[in-house]
Amino acid sequence: MGAVTNLSSMSSEANRGEQLTGRLLRSFEPKFRVSHLNFYYGAVQALHDISLAIPQNQITALIGPSGCGKSTFLRTLNRMSETIRHTRVEGEILLDNEDIFSMDLVTLRRRVGMVFQKPNPFPKTIFDNVAYGLRVNGGHRGAALADAVEASLRRAALWDEVKDQLGKSALALSGGQQQRLCIARALAVNPEVLLLDEPCSALDPIATAKIEDLMFTLKENCTILIVTHSMQQAARVSTHTGFFLLGKLIEFNETDILFKKPLRKETEDYITGRFG
Amino acid sequence: MRHFEERLDELRKRLLEMSGLVESAIYRSVHALVEKDENLAHQVLENESHVNQMEIEIDDMAVRLLALEQPVATDLRFITSAIKINNDLERMGDLAVSIAERALNLMHEAPVNALVDIPYMANLVESMVRKSLDAFVKKDSDLARSVLISDDAVDDLRNGIYNEMVRFMEENPQRIPPALNLIFVARSLERIADHATNIAEDVLFLVEGIDVRHHAETRT
Repeated sequence: MGAVTNLSSMSSEANRGEQLTGRLLRSFEPKFRVSHLNFYYGAVQALHDISLAIPQNQITALIGPSGCGKSTFLRTLNRMSETIRHTRVEGEILLDNEDIFSMDLVTLRRRVGMVFQKPNPFPKTIFDNVAYGLRVNGGHRGAALADAVEASLRRAALWDEVKDQLGKSALALSGGQQQRLCIARALAVNPEVLLLDEPCSALDPIATAKIEDLMFTLKENCTILIVTHSMQQAARVSTHTGFFLLGKLIEFNETDILFKKPLRKETEDYITGRFG
Repeated sequence: MRHFEERLDELRKRLLEMSGLVESAIYRSVHALVEKDENLAHQVLENESHVNQMEIEIDDMAVRLLALEQPVATDLRFITSAIKINNDLERMGDLAVSIAERALNLMHEAPVNALVDIPYMANLVESMVRKSLDAFVKKDSDLARSVLISDDAVDDLRNGIYNEMVRFMEENPQRIPPALNLIFVARSLERIADHATNIAEDVLFLVEGIDVRHHAETRT
């Protein structure tokens, strides 16, 4: 397929799944290269031979029906999946050409931050939520810490709403504000990658729009992956989309191609609701 | 069938109904001219408001589906194609009206010799229209491509008629009005062929997801 020549900047190994990619897929600088990834919960295999490259400073959406493995895949990228017992992973994941499985876990998770479906602020003040990671990592104190907290809240588009109540409990914020606080907390340690696992599914359209706008501004300094059940959200925010089904990556393509003329019939059936 | 698919099907049926009306308007306008049939010409004029009304209804259905269903992939391509085809059909209907009006102008004139080529050109154009609409119904991209190929032949015929009419007017200056009417008929037919070509291009986008307009990609 033509994709091979177009994807010259990717290693052939990382792009073993090239039959999944569109003939018009333009080349990109990969942040992650995933090769032959298998993942097991006990005896159950949840991911089957996933190979793909995730473009740097872009927003990649992962879609698919419940249980298709998209969240499991997302969690392997910062080894969050290892926190579940009796799991096993095979294959290779490179972050900037470095094997994540031989990387120090704290370093990996600082470089690859995560935000979950349900906003989960700590039962602390707004300030302390954002300052938490900075204190753990050391280095920031006093005015420098306050500046870093403000910068993170600004990047998460929350500063104007909370600047006068930084000492208040984070739990007093609305759901949309809590979610942006969690994003601010993740951003405080300057991650290179942000993993978002259905970050808007508990939010109203206004809060959703704020987070989506936020993603566009963040991608300048950050590579973003988002798992979403909303096809419209995937279409709106992402540059690339991966479609998972039954633990396999069926198609990985530029988002506008995937939603206009997907290459695979399974993708077409899923996104047009003719699935099953 | 899901509710959304039923709505898509309604849109498809309505568009086919409209294409039937427009096809018969083209047929009647040409036959009004060739056979000097005043009735046929009047039927075309009377039908115009019906075609216009349908254009509005179909657009409305399509926009509603876009707004409420946020369609993607094949559904999105179908609805955007339907909007464009709808517009092409309405323009074709207008051109049929224009031919019918010329037919009425020529009703009591002695024949002009270029009429020999007009029926031939009309046949070719009608077959392009029929094929483009069949291609849409059957989602047949080969048939759509055959329409694109015919477009040049229609342009040549239009040029031939134009040159012949210029010669005719030079030789028969007292008969300029009927000759001018025929030039306009040839131009209308050629434009109908252009709209059929547009429809064929939309069918290729619908079926294959490629854009062949203005030779954006290879047409064959």
